[in-house]
Amino acid sequence: MTKLETFLDVLAGSQTPNDIQSLVEGLRESYGVSNAVYHAVNVGPMPYAALTYSSEWMQYYHDQKFVQVDPVVKGALRQFHPMDWKQLDWSGRGSREFLGEAITAGVCNQGLSVPIRGPNGQFALFTINDNCSDDSWEKFSKEYKRDMMLISHYIHRRVVEIIVPEDESDTRSLSPRETDSLRYLSLGFSRGQIADKLKISEHTLRVYIDSARHKLGALNTIHAVTTAFSRGLISF
Amino acid sequence: MIKYIYGDALDAFPKLRDTMFKDRAFQFKERLKWDVAVTDEGHEMDEYDALNPLYMIYELPDGTHGGSMRNLPTTAETMINDHFTNLTDGVQIISPLIWETTRFCLSPKVGKLASRVAASVCLAGCEAGIQFGLDSSVGVFDARMVHIYKRIGWEPEILGASGEGKDAISAGLWALDEASKANICAKSGISAEEVEGWYNASFPSISSSDILVA
Repeated sequence: MTKLETFLDVLAGSQTPNDIQSLVEGLRESYGVSNAVYHAVNVGPMPYAALTYSSEWMQYYHDQKFVQVDPVVKGALRQFHPMDWKQLDWSGRGSREFLGEAITAGVCNQGLSVPIRGPNGQFALFTINDNCSDDSWEKFSKEYKRDMMLISHYIHRRVVEIIVPEDESDTRSLSPRETDSLRYLSLGFSRGQIADKLKISEHTLRVYIDSARHKLGALNTIHAVTTAFSRGLISF
Repeated sequence: MIKYIYGDALDAFPKLRDTMFKDRAFQFKERLKWDVAVTDEGHEMDEYDALNPLYMIYELPDGTHGGSMRNLPTTAETMINDHFTNLTDGVQIISPLIWETTRFCLSPKVGKLASRVAASVCLAGCEAGIQFGLDSSVGVFDARMVHIYKRIGWEPEILGASGEGKDAISAGLWALDEASKANICAKSGISAEEVEGWYNASFPSISSSDILVA
């Protein structure tokens, strides 16, 4: 299994906030990084976080109101692209002093933070963090940035399901076209046959299947079909 | 050159900002007769400009707008999901790896430079996709753009269309990858290094050791 598949396997069985905490902790080993953080800032009634930083550091961060000088938070609030920490604005003295203290507390020098945007101002943040040279981090980022984009999104969707289950405003539901595509796939039709049946091009079909896959948190089409079945979204 | 600017940072470039929104008013309201709102200052702006999009803007030597487009993540509100699902069989296109691109605009004054400016804006989108790990961008476009994208060498996959002739509008998906970038570079004569230079200038990076000792 690839690292991403391993992650999705664990994600599929994650039902509680504690499960999400273990899931996030598991990323350290599977991706060989020192820290991983998921932080839902504006999702449920209360902020929610699953992270591997020490509780002492989190308490100190809170007491010192570091959120006001933390360039990761500042950057993620206004931007939505994945941010390498070296691209953030460290020009303020407060930010650099903050980083010094963070590193003393076990936060590492390299980081990649992915801001997560959802409907109605939903905002969360995912970060991985490690100790290494700029060159090896660059290599790691190139290889796994896409994984991190997907992982951040999948964790977020699951957290939304867990902490605000009543929220139906998001996009968990599939459109008839998406469920049709998955149902035909499950019946063993080829993509060409399905595209014919739905009177769309194969390219368009692929986009619809990918779209359904991302909504379901599924890595591949087989996983998407089984997930859709288990949630009662499609049936024969 | 191209600048990548988030909405809340536009105020640092007042000339670029104002000429972009005015050029948009000219293109979408006056020329294409779209039903868009224009402010008292003559700026075409809508609710998606209020979501702090990432603009990719071609800046002319005099500091004014040459061409631009607007990008938003499809995981939050987008124009296509809010208003144009009739073009996608009702499917909401939502993916962390797909951004929506809208308001592709060229200034009327670029004249002979038009194709270079258009290609530059597209290359800026491609480069962002490559750098940020995205797969594609999705957008709604009108019939006249079909030829433009073809000339640029960046033809979208058409997801669906409605209307006839010059009134047709389509939903399309553009690949954000090295192959698209190479193709547009080859057709436009713009070098990959130049494109990377725009990105690096807008998203400068320092070394990790410099952050701590600075």
